[in-house]
Amino acid sequence: MRNLSLSTLGPLAALILLVVLGAFLNANFLSAGNITNVLARSAFIGMIAVGMTFVITSGGLDLSVGSMAAFIAGMMILAMNAMLPTLGIGVPLVLAGMAVALGVGLLAGLANGLLITRAGIEPFIVTLGTMGIFRSLVTWIADGGTLSLDFEARQFYRPVYYGGIFGITWPILVFAVVAVLGELAMRHTRFGRYCEAIGSNDRVARYSAVKVERVQLMTYVALGVLVGLATILYVPRLGSASGSTGLLWELEAIAAVIIGGTALKGGYGRVWGTVVGVLILSLIDNILNLADLVSPYLNGAIQGVIIVLAVVLQRGKSSAEGR
Amino acid sequence: MTPVLALQDVHKSFGPIEVLHGIDFALRSGEVHALIGENGAGKSTIMKILGGFLTPTSGQVLLDGQPAPYRSGAEAEAAGVVVIHQEFNLAPDLTVAQNVFLGREPGRFLLDHRAMRRETQALLDQLDCRVSPDARIRDLAVSDRQMVEIAKALGRKARVLIMDEPSAVLTHREVEVLFRQIDRLRASGVALLYTSHRLDEVRHLADRITVLRDGAVVRQALRGELTEDGMATAMVGRDLKDIFPPRRDSFGPVVLEVQGFSVPPVVQDVSFTLRRGEVLGISGLVGSGRTELAEGLVGLRTHRGSLRREGQAITLHSTADAAAHGLAYLTEDRKELGLLLDKSLRENLTLSTLGRFGRLMISRPAEETALTRAIEDFDIRAPRRDMAVGNLSGGNQQKLLLAKTMLPDPQIVIIDEPTRGIDIGTKSQIYHFIDRLARDGLSVIVISSDMPEILGLSDRVLVMRQGRVAGELQGDAITETAVVRLVMGTTEEATADA
Repeated sequence: MRNLSLSTLGPLAALILLVVLGAFLNANFLSAGNITNVLARSAFIGMIAVGMTFVITSGGLDLSVGSMAAFIAGMMILAMNAMLPTLGIGVPLVLAGMAVALGVGLLAGLANGLLITRAGIEPFIVTLGTMGIFRSLVTWIADGGTLSLDFEARQFYRPVYYGGIFGITWPILVFAVVAVLGELAMRHTRFGRYCEAIGSNDRVARYSAVKVERVQLMTYVALGVLVGLATILYVPRLGSASGSTGLLWELEAIAAVIIGGTALKGGYGRVWGTVVGVLILSLIDNILNLADLVSPYLNGAIQGVIIVLAVVLQRGKSSAEGR
Repeated sequence: MTPVLALQDVHKSFGPIEVLHGIDFALRSGEVHALIGENGAGKSTIMKILGGFLTPTSGQVLLDGQPAPYRSGAEAEAAGVVVIHQEFNLAPDLTVAQNVFLGREPGRFLLDHRAMRRETQALLDQLDCRVSPDARIRDLAVSDRQMVEIAKALGRKARVLIMDEPSAVLTHREVEVLFRQIDRLRASGVALLYTSHRLDEVRHLADRITVLRDGAVVRQALRGELTEDGMATAMVGRDLKDIFPPRRDSFGPVVLEVQGFSVPPVVQDVSFTLRRGEVLGISGLVGSGRTELAEGLVGLRTHRGSLRREGQAITLHSTADAAAHGLAYLTEDRKELGLLLDKSLRENLTLSTLGRFGRLMISRPAEETALTRAIEDFDIRAPRRDMAVGNLSGGNQQKLLLAKTMLPDPQIVIIDEPTRGIDIGTKSQIYHFIDRLARDGLSVIVISSDMPEILGLSDRVLVMRQGRVAGELQGDAITETAVVRLVMGTTEEATADA
């Protein structure tokens, strides 16, 4: 088995180590409540990171996802408040809000994707631009404050975040489904194979009759829809959106992808690795909060070390293969 | 006279595998020494050892009779031993002058741009190369890049110049320029080591020939002692009478009719027909529009003009359209356009035909079966099935690319430079594959800069010059002189000795 290398198992080993460490440091760590808490917090970044895995694998990048989440949340809240008098409080209102969120996500991803594939502008530049645009728009619409969902609508919508079946909350379930579908798509469908081929060498892909632009466009659209999905599950948590919603989500998502072993330059994607990466980042946060060993203020520093370490391990692998 | 650079009983092992078994061999000033052998015979390893990139496991490198003092490529260059690699060592975004002076820029604190440009121009003039010192490498043709590499080596005052297949990417005219340069360098006392798969060149150029086989020297000869056949036999270790398959004699009806075909801005108004079971050779200089024509024919480039497939007019907007009409194209640039070097054989083989391997999910077993067949059909020799194709030899990469191109079962195959940078044994295999395709009723277009290949393989030859068809030759009219005359566009007298 060629997959049993240090860099493949590294993230998994780190995750197990963190779980053991957490259990050792705090008795509550393995309690159902804490595990649910960690997984639910991972779910939003996780769904986005799964989408990001495809974007990065095909040689792209999307810096706008955090701002996009804020923008989608804002649009969704405005739409639901506006539809409230006609639809009333109930399932139709929530479904309509969800449709708006998915639609706005799709359009935002489409805008990114079209600018990148049709206008031929570099992904970094395009999404740096839209990152500013989305966040600024939401701040402007909220007039620098907070957009809040109608109180009763919020009460009705809350179970989408807090509820679930078999004791597992909805965000965790949806994240699990997204992760499994993402892994299947990357490993076993043409779309995934094409993403890897394009990231590996887009000219070879083009000469092999792969519709390069269409595949790239699809990665951005899929990511936009996933950001919409994450937002649907995130809004009922607080019931509001502001200029600081989803701040730095893009960097957390990219970090999770890289920790998971996906190559930043594209060509090699690993969705389950991304999931592990997301869990590692949340666990570090969680353990620092539970244990008094290290100040939680050092959270960012520890995450930074993990990211750099992950890339060093990747490099060790590629130079060993090059020989 | 002491050799400038010599190897003494050099062994080299990579891990447990010994690839060089006691090489003795010497380069002398003012001599052109050709090192020939099949892919994998150990040529590259020897060149890397000479150039300081590898150290021998045992044995010695001697410079002027003393153990060589260098331990890296840079130190070797400083000692006057310069290697020109097959994959050029140029920074694509820098200008020609910046590349020529890379690492030894003149000027104290600020760069002396004027001097760099002036001296670069002088070097390029010496090489009869019309590239501007201010041109960026990425905008240059491959052949011009090579000239820049040579200029760079000359600028470094090389005493020993090691060239890895310098002529593989050059056109006729450029090869002549290169040979003149080699003559000049030889006369000025430089020791030259040279590898090539073109044995006619070796015979013309080399004062001394060393033949390698399986990591050992099997033959050393002076100029005139070995014929091309003799070299090939020594390299392969067996007789190679039938490098080319016998010519085919029966053809079917016309399967492709190309009329007034243009691929702006290069190809203009090209017309020709292609019959079933036929091999049509397309010759011409690099830049004459051969590749652009092929890429137009398979929908990779926008084009004008009419195409008729078995009498039916067709239009092609994409490679997918071309594939639907049974057209396939094998690119000349297998490393940049043909194969994903960091992916496995399986992923490369099925990339352009993934739709056949399952509707929603790709069937891995079906892919593996296809790979097993391809490995058998095209005699692909891979140590491991799941290895990255970048680690395969050039010949096996080319066979895999051929398998990939043939996977959609095309009826018309355009093969651009079928054997570039491939050893003679594999070359012959590929010629026989092409012959088999034609005998199975396919139509093959072979684009090649290799004259013997065009002459030995084609039933008909189409010569292109400056984007147009310069002429067509058939049967006994296909001679080297006739083709060269059309390629160069010269009169009979001027090419009498070509």
